[in-house]
Amino acid sequence: MFTRKLRIAALVAASLFGMSAVQATDITGAGSSFVYPVLSKWSAKYAETTGNKINYQSVGSGAGIAQIKEGTIDFGASDAPLSSEDLTKFGLGQFPSVVGGIVPIVNLQGVTAGQLKLTGPVLADIFMGKVARWNDPAIAALNPGVKLPDVKVTVVHRSDGSGTSFNFTNYLSKVSNEWASKVKFGTAVDWPTGVGGKGNEGVSQYVRQIPGSIGYVEYAYAKKNKISYAQMQNAAGKWVQPTAETFGAAAATADWASAKDFNLIMTNAAGDQAWPITATTWIIMYKKSKNPSHTKVAFDFFKFAFDKGQADAASLDYVALPTSLTQKIQAYWNSDFNK
Amino acid sequence: MHATASNAATPLERSAGTGRAAKDARNDLIFGGVLKACALIVLLSLIGAAGSTLWLGQDAFRTFGWGFLTSAAWDPSNDQYGALVPIMGTVGTAFIALLFAVPISFGIALFLTEIAPQWLRGPVASAIELLAGIPSIIYGMWGLFIFAPFVATHIKPWLMNNFSADPPDGQVSWLVQHVPFIAKFFSSEYPFFGAGVLTAGLVLAVMIIPFISSVMREVFQTVPTRLKESAYALGSSTWEVVWDIVVPYTRTAVIGGVFLGLGRALGETMAVAFVLGNTFKFSLSFLETGSSIASTIANQFGEAQGLQRSALMAIAFLLFVVTFIVLLIARLMLRRLATKEGN
Repeated sequence: MFTRKLRIAALVAASLFGMSAVQATDITGAGSSFVYPVLSKWSAKYAETTGNKINYQSVGSGAGIAQIKEGTIDFGASDAPLSSEDLTKFGLGQFPSVVGGIVPIVNLQGVTAGQLKLTGPVLADIFMGKVARWNDPAIAALNPGVKLPDVKVTVVHRSDGSGTSFNFTNYLSKVSNEWASKVKFGTAVDWPTGVGGKGNEGVSQYVRQIPGSIGYVEYAYAKKNKISYAQMQNAAGKWVQPTAETFGAAAATADWASAKDFNLIMTNAAGDQAWPITATTWIIMYKKSKNPSHTKVAFDFFKFAFDKGQADAASLDYVALPTSLTQKIQAYWNSDFNK
Repeated sequence: MHATASNAATPLERSAGTGRAAKDARNDLIFGGVLKACALIVLLSLIGAAGSTLWLGQDAFRTFGWGFLTSAAWDPSNDQYGALVPIMGTVGTAFIALLFAVPISFGIALFLTEIAPQWLRGPVASAIELLAGIPSIIYGMWGLFIFAPFVATHIKPWLMNNFSADPPDGQVSWLVQHVPFIAKFFSSEYPFFGAGVLTAGLVLAVMIIPFISSVMREVFQTVPTRLKESAYALGSSTWEVVWDIVVPYTRTAVIGGVFLGLGRALGETMAVAFVLGNTFKFSLSFLETGSSIASTIANQFGEAQGLQRSALMAIAFLLFVVTFIVLLIARLMLRRLATKEGN
């Protein structure tokens, strides 16, 4: 009886003093909006088990990079990897966090989701404005049996600087020399044709409104909003649908071994099953920590996410990193950090 | 006796009087200084804001020189930037917004002060104030999901059929064949797509109507009833009273209200970003997509680095300049109007 009372008192005290009772550490991160949904879900789970909170501000990759360089946050998140020079100059290291897919979405009457087939070079020509009608021989040759209308192609791209655009244009640069030399790739580029929608929301809304339009969004958006998307031919020459398996295959078969500091954009990955426009977000941290206790929590958090975060990632249409890759990342933590 | 009494009293009174006067003078001085400081804070913060955007944008100005103003390029991957398209989009959308908002606001204000029955004035006035309180992102969403599709299905095809050289129905109208240049203002690559300069201007018009009409309503109410009644007594119609009495009496304040609206239209960000189409292509057409300064900054600032960031700061500075020039022109027009009337 007495012990029970004591236990209740202890419980009340613990709940009153809350976090201080378990000596929680709050760490801060900022950057990419691409990872925001999954990071916030992970951090909620992590806080439940450890009491440590992760405050993540989704302010955009550029701002995240700027803040980690200034040292005002514990980790930054960027949809584009930092160059080796930048990493060395600021004493930073980086590693991938989670995988997501980018899909071409189309508004074509009578064409169902995943039915339309596109290759990288044709997709690049469409976004260059060179393939201007849907019944163009270049598209028709890939799609025997699909009734393609004689309608003008309207390209819809992102108007805001974004990691989605970065990875999409990076892919087009890899599959089209003309794109690589003229338009290049980046979070925002000088689009040769088309109109710009703000955010995934804006792009998917414009695509719905314009008959004969083609855009690109994160897979989760296309799936949630039931927009028709295209299947793609990958680097191995196989036709693939955007699914968790093909995103995961891209992450597993990308050439990480030769990439120093994981400085590799995984579009156009080599695997048979790899979805060609697959993206990740890099977590950027100081190799020699400015605040060791915070860094320790940050590593613990990402280890937790890699080990136990698959289900949460999948529920939001992300794919957790394959084990082969998380092992590489943890080896990298041990070898390169806290020197 | 009398003299001594007054003599005895005077120094005391005088010293009390001068003390009080000195205190008053000192207080006035302090009060005046505080007021002056308040006014100067506005000026200083304006100069500070403009100066810091100029400072942060100096890389872009130095790299592109005067060409920055005339170039239509906006190419982050090749680091080529020009402000022409955003400037045109900003001025174009604000112009269209005023074109629609000023007459409508004028009508609203006149109706509320001169014509509406007493029981209707309150509800309509509150409705206007409610409109003014809606955040711009809501207007942006409304524009994106409801208004732009409406423009695409009803307004734009009609305009293009009648005024463009490349109408969706294939028949070039009589007007286009006989009036030169008109087709330039009504062409569009995307006849069935609603976003564009006109759509953004109309959304802005809805946003600034509350500002302009509530200022107009307030000032119309300040016109002395005596003036209006005299005019009515002389047999004037309501329209004559409004045009000859109310409007001249309130002109400066009315124009002040219009500028409040114009200021919001020039600087509006979120709503415009959703319905302008966000392209960097030079075009004179109202139906084409475009970019504005504020929407470009909002779209690209988060991810921008290096020269791109500097170019965004540079166009922010140009927004100050554009606004300043527009206000200057308005002031000059107002002065000319005043001299014409002999004031």
